Amino acid sequence: MSRVAPADLGELRDVIGEALTAEEPLELVAGATRRGLGRPLQLPRTLDLSRLTGIRDYQPSELVLTAGAATPLEEIETALAQAGQMLPFEPPDWAGLFDLPPSAARRATLGGVLACNLSGPRRIKAGAARDHFLGFRGVSGRGEVFKAGGKVVKNVTGYDLPKLMAGSYGTLAALEEVTIKVLPRAEAACTVVLYGLDPATGVRRLTRALASPHEVSGAAYLPASLAATPISSLGPYSMAALRLEGPPLSVAFRRERLLAELASDCEAAVLEAEPSAELWRSIRDVAPLSHPVGRVVWRVSVAPSRGAELGEVIARGLDASWYLDWGGGLLWVAVAGAEDGGAAVIRGAIRGPDGQGTGHATLIRGSPALRHVVPVFEPQAPPLAALAARVKLNFDPQRILNPGRMVEGS
Amino acid sequence: MSMKMPTPDAAVLSRRAEIVEALRRIVPGEGVIVSEAERRAYESDGLTAYRQLPMIVVLPSRVEQVAAVLRYCKRAGVKVVPRGAGTSLSGGALPLADGVLLGMAKFNRILDIDYENRCVVVQPGVTNLAITQAVEEAGFYYAPDPSSQIACTIGGNVAENSGGVHCLKYGVTTNNILGIEMVLMDGEVIRLGGKHLDAEGYDLLGVMTGSEGLLGVVTEVTVRILPKPTTATALLIGFAATEDAGRCVAAVIAAGIIPGGMEFMDRPAIHAAEAFVKAGYPLEAEALLIVELDGAPAEVEELTGRVEAIARDHHATEIQLSRSEAERVAFWSGRKAAFPAVGRIAPDYYCMDGTIPRARLSDILARMRTLSDRYDLAVANVFHAGDGNLHPLILYDANKPGEIQRAEAFGADILRLCVEMGGVLTGEHGVGVEKRDLMGAMFDESDLAHQQRLKCAFDPDGLLNPGKMFPQLHRCAELGRLHVHAGRLPFPDLPRF
Repeated sequence: MSRVAPADLGELRDVIGEALTAEEPLELVAGATRRGLGRPLQLPRTLDLSRLTGIRDYQPSELVLTAGAATPLEEIETALAQAGQMLPFEPPDWAGLFDLPPSAARRATLGGVLACNLSGPRRIKAGAARDHFLGFRGVSGRGEVFKAGGKVVKNVTGYDLPKLMAGSYGTLAALEEVTIKVLPRAEAACTVVLYGLDPATGVRRLTRALASPHEVSGAAYLPASLAATPISSLGPYSMAALRLEGPPLSVAFRRERLLAELASDCEAAVLEAEPSAELWRSIRDVAPLSHPVGRVVWRVSVAPSRGAELGEVIARGLDASWYLDWGGGLLWVAVAGAEDGGAAVIRGAIRGPDGQGTGHATLIRGSPALRHVVPVFEPQAPPLAALAARVKLNFDPQRILNPGRMVEGS
Repeated sequence: MSMKMPTPDAAVLSRRAEIVEALRRIVPGEGVIVSEAERRAYESDGLTAYRQLPMIVVLPSRVEQVAAVLRYCKRAGVKVVPRGAGTSLSGGALPLADGVLLGMAKFNRILDIDYENRCVVVQPGVTNLAITQAVEEAGFYYAPDPSSQIACTIGGNVAENSGGVHCLKYGVTTNNILGIEMVLMDGEVIRLGGKHLDAEGYDLLGVMTGSEGLLGVVTEVTVRILPKPTTATALLIGFAATEDAGRCVAAVIAAGIIPGGMEFMDRPAIHAAEAFVKAGYPLEAEALLIVELDGAPAEVEELTGRVEAIARDHHATEIQLSRSEAERVAFWSGRKAAFPAVGRIAPDYYCMDGTIPRARLSDILARMRTLSDRYDLAVANVFHAGDGNLHPLILYDANKPGEIQRAEAFGADILRLCVEMGGVLTGEHGVGVEKRDLMGAMFDESDLAHQQRLKCAFDPDGLLNPGKMFPQLHRCAELGRLHVHAGRLPFPDLPRF
């Protein structure tokens, strides 16, 4: 077992070249906060990217930031906050979910978030990590330096390879430098909470809010069964939560409208700035399902209108707790006591009784043994799986970068 | 204009009759077009300086036909050029003399309007504007709005990753589609995404968007629709100096304001547009900004005030606020008609499309004035200022010897300048044939080789839309070789643990 930490692009190329020559695959690691994500790897070499750091260019009025791929997220977010800006896609901190010490979160890197394409509640309004990934420089599994995309917000020159890198879990290239789009931070925020609605009614309210012009930037539903979880604002009732962000006057106006339009027949409250932020951090970080840590956690993406029913179907078939984000389109499920972690029930529920349902379930938290035998990512139809395998082989013909991280044998 | 395309394959041309017969078995009746007069309608797209008659035109109407046509063409070694409405400004749909032109116009149905999931499923030949028209009575719209939206199709928008005047706030095509069905060159039908967000596995939906018809043929698209903002107000802001307008744009963004749209026009563009549509533009101004703010009434009012104050700080000479929806639309009418308006003041114009960092707006305008003098050709400028996307319109007369070549050289200089200033060759029109030979200004050989390796995964024989995007065609086998220099190791300075 060897571990190498290149300090720059040239060294990164050399390390990958050396692994190619030795025919020994590399596990890519930077902050190592998401090592539990994806299929477990046992590889002879570790490529430690954590020295590829530093903000290299940041012009707030351009809304663009370029940094070493392993720059800690914390450093990026601090620099953005100083200029009144933010990462619009609200990257999650899953240290708690993966039962890591809180200090581990500080090691999470920008490149890691992009490589896993992780986005929080604001996804529904601002887009995903991939939508903000403008350009990169790195080394492919061919041992060759290349770049793609650009350093401006609007660009269609050549294929959009940053999209290909987002969510590729380091299986195509090792990123050395990334450029992202950032946005101004909202001046004010609050959350309108509707209490005591059943899941179907709750999600219909989220849908009405998202179909309104009130620019909702977070829409979640937490069933009453989660009352004992660490969300202080949650009483013994279910809650449908709607976040509003923007200039103070605008937030105040929209909040009154949402209350008038949606809360005539239920208990409602408004969470002001800090409690509102705390609630969305919890939802983003899967805090309601993090404990007990022995449970398997799934992330299910479906058409928003299916979320509530799917949650209930799964909870009937398994010992499971769940909640919804993304207006019903993102279902978080924690499962106890199922041999396959609940894979068959969850994936079967997505396909539905007629087998035509679409969506996907990702095994986010599970033991290495479970992640070894259960497909972590939703299995793809054969023509698509074959195409993805060809993409992998064109960028990494010797399968030297994180082989088997996403799909067994690729 | 001259543009070297792949040499027509004499063997394919000699088998034309046989190919026509095979295609007619797949797409019967009028779906296969052979006569020269009818093929003529397809000889060019929105980049009319380039023309080429296709060998055969095929107009399928079902996905099975698309799959069968592609499968046959792959087996027969025949090249295929996909085409939507043919509004590409970069020659993306320029036919090949030995190729089949695959027209997708018959795929013109809206399949599913799903308000609950805030999406619409359409066939690729549906126009961009038709999507908005189909959902506007329920208070929704489809956000990307390229100026050609009345004619351009959603399939073409996916191929080019089209933008528009509202994409600074609402994103371009790639940020607004959820799924596609497409057919690979080998006839395999593949679904990417659906009504859910962020399909996992490699983001092939992301790479298909903007792939300019080189990777697959899109046969269905699921788009996200958004609720229309409660109100919108547009400001017309005139400046006596273009530098002030450029700095005002950066200051608005730096103040944390993301307008729904922020457009720039220079004096020639202002005059051309005003003469054409009488939008009430200030004729004495050197530069004009149109800034649109949308959202809740209180927000629009507040932000309008802040933008006005920033504009005054930057020496605005005139500020007008739209007082009604009709006036807001009128403010935009001049900008939206800028291309045809410029078309009235010169026999021909050549529209460029680079992006630069916003801070360089006034620099590039100054450099363009120098180039304009050197090439002795006038230029009118309209920019999507909010995202630094330039559309210089170079005025020329194709009937005057040498002017078209000068216009082309002027345009290439502008795009090289964009790259030199930290920007890119194309913000929304695509590379196509037009900017193909400039790719080297932005990408080195390894960058381009990696792009082409993606192509190899989708279309290993290089039969889909060849001659676009890449300055050189490489065979996939040749790209496949690994170049590892074993002798370079080891590296004594490298820390090892």
